[in-house]
Amino acid sequence: MTVGLQVDNLRYRYGAKEALKGVSFTLEAGAFGALLGPNGAGKSTLYGLLTRLFTTSEGRIEIAGHDLKAQPRAALARMGVVFQNQTLDLDLSVRQNLSYFASLHGLSGRDAATRIDAALDRLNMRERAGEKARALNGGHRRRTEIARALIHKPDVLLLDEPTVGLDAAARRSITDHVHQLCAEDGLTVLWATHLTDEVHDPDRLIVIHQGEKLADGHAGDLRGGADLSDYFLSLTGAQA
Amino acid sequence: MNIYLTALSAIVKREALRFVHQRERFIAAMVRPLMWLLVFAAGFRAALGLSIIPPYQTYITYETYIVPGLCGMILLFNGMQSSLSLVYDREMGSMRLLLTAPLPRWWLLFSKLCGSTAISILQVYTFLAVAALFDITVEPWGYVAALPALLIAGLMLGALGLALSSFIKQLENFAGVMNFVIFPMFFLSSALYPLWKMAESSPLLRDICAMNPFTHAVELIRFALYLRLEPMALLWTVLALVAFMLLAIWGYDPERGMTRRKG
Repeated sequence: MTVGLQVDNLRYRYGAKEALKGVSFTLEAGAFGALLGPNGAGKSTLYGLLTRLFTTSEGRIEIAGHDLKAQPRAALARMGVVFQNQTLDLDLSVRQNLSYFASLHGLSGRDAATRIDAALDRLNMRERAGEKARALNGGHRRRTEIARALIHKPDVLLLDEPTVGLDAAARRSITDHVHQLCAEDGLTVLWATHLTDEVHDPDRLIVIHQGEKLADGHAGDLRGGADLSDYFLSLTGAQA
Repeated sequence: MNIYLTALSAIVKREALRFVHQRERFIAAMVRPLMWLLVFAAGFRAALGLSIIPPYQTYITYETYIVPGLCGMILLFNGMQSSLSLVYDREMGSMRLLLTAPLPRWWLLFSKLCGSTAISILQVYTFLAVAALFDITVEPWGYVAALPALLIAGLMLGALGLALSSFIKQLENFAGVMNFVIFPMFFLSSALYPLWKMAESSPLLRDICAMNPFTHAVELIRFALYLRLEPMALLWTVLALVAFMLLAIWGYDPERGMTRRKG
């Protein structure tokens, strides 16, 4: 098994409050991992650590074989990120937004242009490339951000509640799209959410609550015959 | 092209593109120093008698005196404003995007600083052009000689803003910084009055002004505009630049976790 993403005994505290109490999990390459947890479970803290916005001395993160602490730049180069808050420059066009990002990864000129076109095609956004980001609706802005996160052909794609604020149709379409990317391109995906309908049965499901991992397995197996949201509520409700 | 330079030029280009799209901000940034120059200075000139001090070789009008100070003001406000936009960026996420680039953080921060300084310098030259329309001019070659001085001063004040932005967690706190940083820095300097004039009122205030890095930035620009180099001002400004930059790098160090947010 090739490891896509590995998190080992990760701990983090904000002063006295312990936000992550030793979380561990491993996603094999090409797996779709759904990180399910209620608000305040520690998901955003985990994403902060995964994207090296801040670091912790306790625990270890490995991205596509690169230790985030020992080789931060190699690890970041293999990672695509879609943040919870939108991060497009609204006054710039879709293409300008993407080429800015490509340059941050050292891609320029024809190479960057080809990759940008490919990424936009992947998300069916090519014909919107010249439009200002401001002119796009929420769903298309998110697609643009996903396309942007794919330009440098990462091995691991991290998404932090990517469907927040989207309507049902856009939510469904983005969720399906990323599942498809994972299945077709062999991308390792970690998808944080608090919405159970975004998790498919074959997905790897990791449930976290109050900084601890409560469950880890295939979503279909874990829920058994029950509805996933009932399963999730019983799990987190019992612990609350 | 090397990844460092590719990223640097993209970050500077992004600042430039954003600037082009924010013409209101540009006009607003022009109004402030022009008000000082054309209104305040006109009213104030009678109240303040200036003697001949270096680098001036003749009696000058008050308007002429405050031009370098107002150039410094543009750099100061822009440095702070771009740090305001960093706090905003951090809240909105585009700073997070920048910080996930596979490059050392100090380089990313330095690139960001170069971008905002380039925009500031453009504004200074626009201001000098408008001032020239009102017959407030300096030495012709002074406009060229001022460029390196503006660059160093702009980087220094931008680095200060960058350092402050790493310590400000929320946008609301920024108003306090405006009052506690911008105003004292501007008024406790040689921007509006020469230091010997200040000494007549209070030697203590004069000493504080002489310590203020903004005073040295203004003097560096003032002398450069008259084709002279003021070594002490250069030294102080460079030292302040290095200190503020180190502070900013420390402030954005992921191990210090100042950029963290509650999850």
